[in-house]
Amino acid sequence: MLAPSQSENVPATGIEASLDVRDLTVVYPNGLTALLDVSFALGPGTICGLAGPNGSGKSTLFKSVMGFVRPSRGEVRISGLGVRDALKRRIVAYVPQSEEVDWNFPVLVEDVVMMGRYGHMGFLRIPAAEDRRQVDLALQRVGMSRLRKRQIGELSGGQRKRVFLARALAQGARLILLDEPFTGVDVKTETAIVALLRELRSAGHLMLVSTHNLGSVPDFCDQVVLLNRRVLAAGPTAETFTQANLERAFGGVLRRFRLAGAELHEDDDRRAVTVLTDDERPVVFYGERGPEQSPAGSARPGEEP
Amino acid sequence: MSELLVPFEYGYMLRAMWVSALVGGLCAFLSAYLMLKGWSLMGDALAHAVVPGVAIAYLLQLPYAAGAFFAGIIAAFGMWGIGQVTRLKQDAVIGVVFTAFFAAGLFIVSLYPIHVSVQTIVLGNILGIADEDAAQVVAVAVVALAILLVLWKDLQLVFFDESHARAVGLNPTALKVVFFCLLSASAVTALQTVGAALVVATVITPGATAYLLTDRFGRLLALSVFIGASTSFIGAYISYFVDGATGGVIVTLQTLVFLAAFLLAPKHGMLAARRRTRAAGKAPTP
Amino acid sequence: MTAAMSAVWDLVAVPLAYPFMQRAMLVAVLVGAVSAVLSCYLVLKGWSLMGDAISHAVLPGIVLAFVLGLPLSLGAFAAGLTCATLTGYLKENSRIREDTVMGIVFSGMFGFGLVLFTKVETEEHLNHVLFGNLLGVTDRELAEIVLVSAGVLLAVLARRRDLLLYCFDQQHARAIGLPVRRLHYGLLALLSLAIVASLKAVGIILVVAMLVAPGATAYLLTSRFDRMLAIAVLVAVGASVAGTLMSFHMDAATGPSIVLLQAAAFVGALILSRTWRPAAAPADPVGSA
Repeated sequence: MLAPSQSENVPATGIEASLDVRDLTVVYPNGLTALLDVSFALGPGTICGLAGPNGSGKSTLFKSVMGFVRPSRGEVRISGLGVRDALKRRIVAYVPQSEEVDWNFPVLVEDVVMMGRYGHMGFLRIPAAEDRRQVDLALQRVGMSRLRKRQIGELSGGQRKRVFLARALAQGARLILLDEPFTGVDVKTETAIVALLRELRSAGHLMLVSTHNLGSVPDFCDQVVLLNRRVLAAGPTAETFTQANLERAFGGVLRRFRLAGAELHEDDDRRAVTVLTDDERPVVFYGERGPEQSPAGSARPGEEP
Repeated sequence: MSELLVPFEYGYMLRAMWVSALVGGLCAFLSAYLMLKGWSLMGDALAHAVVPGVAIAYLLQLPYAAGAFFAGIIAAFGMWGIGQVTRLKQDAVIGVVFTAFFAAGLFIVSLYPIHVSVQTIVLGNILGIADEDAAQVVAVAVVALAILLVLWKDLQLVFFDESHARAVGLNPTALKVVFFCLLSASAVTALQTVGAALVVATVITPGATAYLLTDRFGRLLALSVFIGASTSFIGAYISYFVDGATGGVIVTLQTLVFLAAFLLAPKHGMLAARRRTRAAGKAPTP
Repeated sequence: MTAAMSAVWDLVAVPLAYPFMQRAMLVAVLVGAVSAVLSCYLVLKGWSLMGDAISHAVLPGIVLAFVLGLPLSLGAFAAGLTCATLTGYLKENSRIREDTVMGIVFSGMFGFGLVLFTKVETEEHLNHVLFGNLLGVTDRELAEIVLVSAGVLLAVLARRRDLLLYCFDQQHARAIGLPVRRLHYGLLALLSLAIVASLKAVGIILVVAMLVAPGATAYLLTSRFDRMLAIAVLVAVGASVAGTLMSFHMDAATGPSIVLLQAAAFVGALILSRTWRPAAAPADPVGSA
């Protein structure tokens, strides 16, 4: 469990996390419509997977939530507040993609986590005892205390990710945006990150996770938004993350193969296995025809489905 | 009316206009590649880096172009080498190298004064160019343009997709070396027309302007060369009436043409983008 | 002993007996220190050539301010900011890359400034703007440099953590509600201010060099930002002192001498960082876990 903050210096903790996107349309100056009438709503204690092919507007959606791009139409409300106000109250944290970070930057692990506290500090950003305590706590929670004096480039992929999660924790954010957190991360680390996300969920955080790893979505997401410029489906994973919806969202982009009958069984069981993959981690549907089925689970290559 | 024709009556003006146009065209040709590759400031860097070469060449009474070219190649090699062995960002490496070279040039000149003033090197003086210098400019520019006309498609491929270029049997490293030699050469020629401080404009602005006007590389090249050559010709002509500062006039013209394209380009201009965004905001587009 | 003493005396004390040398060294040290601090941020942000751009772009501002009878520094500052703002605006509204836009804007402004310059007779010598005149710094210029340097230094040091965060991760800076736009333009304004104050004394080329080399040198030697700041300032101040003395003894131009020494320091750091490895970060220092 997240240690409850004893300080009044953390206004975000009193706020219930929610994200409400209504009719969001974003058109870039070059005429490209990145998002069209996107609407969905998420409440506290949720892990929501955001899936869609490349160029489907996932990063534009993130940018809109953080106020980087101005919507042509529609709006984003975070915990009932406009984006600007929400940012001012430090409700939103962002865990960047690995490629976005300059790993040669001369900062240590603890410096990065301390950056989560800047919004809480005074004019000169001199850390108070409370800030140091929150940083210690956050580092402990992600298991990175031992490496706090390392320069960030000296960490492994999974450790790097945990540092940025620690920063979001130190910040006391309620809505955490994770951009492709599992890219370039081994399975063991992924499990550790997912465990951490689950813990945050029980502490009432709301996490929006964009991911290519379709296979892991049913593992840890309780909500899913399937995006391809429009919202193609949104809702609880069990109802939304279906083969039919996925094929609609990804069009012909996904590799799809189906194993049935003799290929799969010695007996005459009529059920078939359908594998959908964008070549990273496949999602497997198990059943008679597939389309109307809900996901039966995920599989990793070389593992039991 | 006849006053406007006066510049055409002087041999030195005619020469200045034609030489400027030639150099402007050459630089504009290269600008199309530089701008797309994100090497825009390489031109600026090389133009400054050639200065010690010019100083030494004048001191030893060698052809200025040879010295400048040599210094440019050393600088380019230095930038590449330092980039290979450090994790510094490319712009920082460029910055360190070219300022050091330029400073070395000024340092040498301050110790051993040469007959050409530093101001001429930095600001150019095409109206008062010496005959042998003009001959060097024309020779270098013609050779460089000829090479470009032969290699332009190969260079396009290398800059766009290096692995593909390698796959079809081109040698990207060799072509890049050729390209930087050409860039050095064009910086050497532009030193005379617009001066070291303004070479950067001639090797990026025409290409960027053309980039706003077309999506096809062949047209981009043609348009860029046309813009570069015509603005240089007209700029040299106008500079007759404003008593010098040829480089300043040429670059001001090029910047104005760029700004016009920025505002008015049919597809990639700002006004066109405004219209599109507004239309999209009003009614849902499929 | 006495021989060594008198050698030092000749090397250092003789030049410093001249008031103009004292002033030159003071200015070189001040400008060097301020530029060094800024250079650390510029190198990390990927803005190394921003100094180049702004220092060229101030020219039309100087001429126009002269025509309008305003203080030249004001015109220069306004022009520097215009360059930075225009670059941002053009980049956001077109498909052209930032480095290209920057090159177009600053060269265009410099070219325009040159045209204006030939039409208007100002009291500034173009040569001084280009190459500086460190040995001819007037009292007024000195006062201006001291004032601006102190101001810029204070402002940067007070906001150094925010600026670092801005350079490191702009999205996080925005997510925690930092005024990213204000930091962006604030950094550019401080940069313009530093350039304007030092331009007349040390010239464009020296300013540009000083805004890259010290930060790049320090970056090679450390992976901690606070140390990077310290090393950069040390390198810059050392090069300023040694360069001023060197130029006196060799009768060479002062600005280029300083730049060459900075470049030498960079090369030294390069070799050092390639050959000498610190006893690789103490393995797993005991944490609080």
